[in-house]
Amino acid sequence: MLGLNKKDASLLLMVAALVAFAPILLNPFPEASALAQFNAGYPDLMQRFVIFGIFAVGFNILFGLTGYLSFGHAAFLGAGSYAGVWMMKLLTVNVIPAILISTVVAGLFSILIGFISLRRSGIYFSILTLAFAQMSFALAASVLTPITGGETGLNLALDDPRILEGGNTTGNIPAPNFFGLEMGDSLQLNVAGWLWTFNVGYYLAGVVLIIAFYTAIRIFRSPFGLMLRAIKSNQHRLGFTGLNTRPYMLACFVISGMYAGLAGGLMVAMDPLAGAERMQWTASGEVVLMTILGGIGTLIGPVLGAGLIKYFENIFSKINSNLLHEWFAFLPDGLEDFVVTIIYPFVGKGWHLTLGLMFMGVIIFLPGGLVELGQRIRRVFSKKDANQHTKPAE
Amino acid sequence: MAKSNFTRRGVLKTGAVAGAGVALPTIFTASSASAYVNEPTGSSVTLGFNVPQTGPYADEGADELRAYMLAVEHLNGEGDGGMLNTFSSKALKGNGILGKKVEYVTGDTQTKPDAARASARSMIEKDGAVMITGGSSSGVAVAVQALCQEAGVIFMAGLTHSNDTTGKDKKANGFRHFFNSYMTGAALAPILANEYGTDRKAYHLTADYNWGYTTEEAVRTSTEAMGWETVAAVKTPLAQTDFSSYVAPVLSSGADVLVLNHYGGNMVNSLTSAVQFGLRASEANGKQFQIVVPLYSRLMAQGAGKNVAGIYGTTGWHWSLENRFGERYTGSNAFVQSFGQKYGFPPSQAAHTVYCQTLLYADACERAGTFNPCGVVEALEDFEFDGLGSGPTLYRGSDHQCFKDALVVKGKENPDSEFDLLEIVDVTPREALVYDPAIFGGELGSCNPGA
Repeated sequence: MLGLNKKDASLLLMVAALVAFAPILLNPFPEASALAQFNAGYPDLMQRFVIFGIFAVGFNILFGLTGYLSFGHAAFLGAGSYAGVWMMKLLTVNVIPAILISTVVAGLFSILIGFISLRRSGIYFSILTLAFAQMSFALAASVLTPITGGETGLNLALDDPRILEGGNTTGNIPAPNFFGLEMGDSLQLNVAGWLWTFNVGYYLAGVVLIIAFYTAIRIFRSPFGLMLRAIKSNQHRLGFTGLNTRPYMLACFVISGMYAGLAGGLMVAMDPLAGAERMQWTASGEVVLMTILGGIGTLIGPVLGAGLIKYFENIFSKINSNLLHEWFAFLPDGLEDFVVTIIYPFVGKGWHLTLGLMFMGVIIFLPGGLVELGQRIRRVFSKKDANQHTKPAE
Repeated sequence: MAKSNFTRRGVLKTGAVAGAGVALPTIFTASSASAYVNEPTGSSVTLGFNVPQTGPYADEGADELRAYMLAVEHLNGEGDGGMLNTFSSKALKGNGILGKKVEYVTGDTQTKPDAARASARSMIEKDGAVMITGGSSSGVAVAVQALCQEAGVIFMAGLTHSNDTTGKDKKANGFRHFFNSYMTGAALAPILANEYGTDRKAYHLTADYNWGYTTEEAVRTSTEAMGWETVAAVKTPLAQTDFSSYVAPVLSSGADVLVLNHYGGNMVNSLTSAVQFGLRASEANGKQFQIVVPLYSRLMAQGAGKNVAGIYGTTGWHWSLENRFGERYTGSNAFVQSFGQKYGFPPSQAAHTVYCQTLLYADACERAGTFNPCGVVEALEDFEFDGLGSGPTLYRGSDHQCFKDALVVKGKENPDSEFDLLEIVDVTPREALVYDPAIFGGELGSCNPGA
C-alpha cells in the first residue's frame, strides 16, 4: 500500500487508528469518577500530543538516522511559530498559509544554521546548534522585539491588517480556522458517563501527523535514508570512498528543521501565540528526551515519547496536595498525612522529578526506549517469537 | 491491494453515513447546549488558579495560592469571613457564588507565556473553569488574558504591573486590580523630589522585557518632569544573575541616583551588588548617592535583607496599611488577621491583590445573577467599591483597570522581624494617579461569552 511493505503499512494504519480514536482511548475513566483526573482526552493536550509527535518524528530523522545530535531544534519550532503568527496577522486567520509559511521559513532558517553547523560533527555540532538556538532565543526575547513581541510573545491584535479578510469586522479577533471550521470547535459526545471531545484542530493536526509519519517512513526506507545510516555508521569511510556526505547531511538537517517548523506552525494554528521561550534550550532538550524515551531510530518511538512527556507535564503537574488528601482520605489521619508527604514531592510542581526517575530507568534498563519495552512484552506473550530467540545462559 | 466496487447501494450507504457525520456537530456541539462556555450546571462552580509554582516568581506564586484558598474558604462560608465582612458590596452571603459551592483547580505557569496558556487551556477544556486568575508576570498575564478572551471566560489578573496589561493589550474579558508602572511613576516622583531634590542625575538599569520598558519609561517621564536628568538607561537580560558588570560603570557615569527597574530575583541580585559596590556610601556631584527601586514587594525585601534599608519604592498594598493610616483602609486588618491565623505570617501584596480579585469576581457574578462573562463584565465596569483594604476603589470601564491609592515605601533601617522590612512613607491618593486610557492605545473589543 502506498509504496510501503506490509509491516510499515500496518504501522501506519496503527498510527492512523490511534490518531482517529485518541479522543476515546485517552478518556478511559468516566467523567464523574475520581480517576477522571487522569483523563487526557481534552483538545489542548491531544493537540500537543500530535504536534510534539511531529516535532519528535522530524528530530528523529536527523538524530536517529545520522546520529547527529542537534541541541537547537527548538529554534526552528520557534521560527516556524513566529512566521505562522505573522501570516495570521498579515494575511488571514485561515491556518493553511500559516502552516505552509512556517514550514518554509523553518526550512530556510535551517539551511543557514545547517550550512555552518554541519562543518563539524559529534559534540561540536551539538554545541554549535545549541549556540545558534540560544542566540535566536536571546534575539527573539530582546533585540527583535518589534518582530517577535519580546517576552510578552507575539499575539494577534484587533487592528491587524488581515489583507485577505479585509481587516477587522467584529469587536473580537477572529479565531484561527480551516475554511470556516474553527480550530476550537468541538463535537462533544456524552455516552453513559464518558465524555468524548472530537476537536477540529486536533483532527487537522492528526491528519498532518499521519502525512508526516508516512513521509518519515518513506525517508527511512529510501536510498537516501540508507545513505544517512551509512553516515551514522562511519562518515570517514564514506568520505574515503569518494562520496561527499555534506549535501546529504544538509538535506537531512533541512528536512528535520522543516518538520520542526511544521510543528511550530500547527502550534500557533491551535493557539495563536508565539513566545520566545519556545526557542530556549530546555525546549530543545525536551525533544531529545522524547526521542530517547520513545526509542532512537525507531519510527513510532518519538511519537510515544512525545505523548508520555506531554502527559506528565499536563496531568501530573496538576495534582495538588488537596487532591492527594482527597484520594487518601480513607486512611487514618496520621497515615494519610504521611502518605501524602511521601507522594507530594513527585507530583504537582515536582513532576520533573518523576520524569527524571523514569528517564533514568529507561536509559538503564531499556536503552531502546518504550519501543524496546513493547518488543519485550510481545516476546513474552508470543511463544513463536520466544522459540526463535535463544535463551541466555544462566 | 485495495479493490473497490462502486455500487449504487454502496454509494448510498457512504453518502448517508457522511451526511450524518456532517450533521452531527450541529446537534451535539456544546454551543447549542448552553449560553456560554463552561456554564456550571451542577451544585458547584470551578475557578482556575494559574500561578507560577516554579521559576523566578515561585515565592509570589505560592503566596497567591494561599490567598486564593483563603478566598475560597470565605466564599463558601468557612473561616472568619475575612474581607467579606468589610466589603462595601453585600451581595455575597457566604454560600458560594449564586448558591453554588466554589471549587478550584491549580496550575503552574512556570512564568512562561506558553506554559501558562497550556495550563489555562486545560483548566478551561478539561476542568470546566469559568474564570481564570493568577499570574506573576506581565508577559504571562497578557498571554493568558488574550487566551481567555478567545475562549470566552473571564480573566482576573494577579500580580502584573506593566502598563500593557490594561493598556495596549487590554481585553474585554480581562480585569486588573493591581496598580501599574504609570501609577508607580506618578506616586514616586513627588516623594523623590522631596527627599533628594530636583537636580538629580539618574542612571537606569532595566530588565529587558515589556514590564521593564514601561516602568523605566514611567519613572523617567515623571522624574524628568520635575527636573531630573537621565544620564543613561541600560537594559539587562532577564536571566542575568550577576550584575556587577552593570553596576561597575555607574559611579563614573556622572549619575547620582541609580534606578533599578528590576523585579523578583533580578532586583535582589542587582540591589545586593549595588550595595556591595559601596554605591550608597559614596558621593557624586557633591551629593549622597541614592538607589531607587520602583516596584517593591515584601518577598523581594526579604530576599535582599538589610540591603533595602533606606531605599525608596512603591508597592500596591502593605499589611501595616490600616494600622498606620486608619479607617480609610478598612478591610486590610481583617485580611491580615485571617491570613495570619491560617498560615502564621502576614500576606504579601500579591496575596492581597488575588484575594480581592476572587472576591470581586464572585461579587460581580452575584450582582449580575449569572456566570455569563458578558454579565460579569457589565457588573464590574465602572464598579465603585470600598472595604477591600485599599480605600475607595474604582474599576474603570474604559480599560478595566482599578484606581486606588498607591503606597510609597522605604526599606526599614531597623526591622523588627523578617516580615517587617518596609515602612510606608506616604500614600498617594488615587486622584493623583488617574490618566487618560487613550495614551497607551489598544482596544478592549467586546465581551466574549465563548458560545
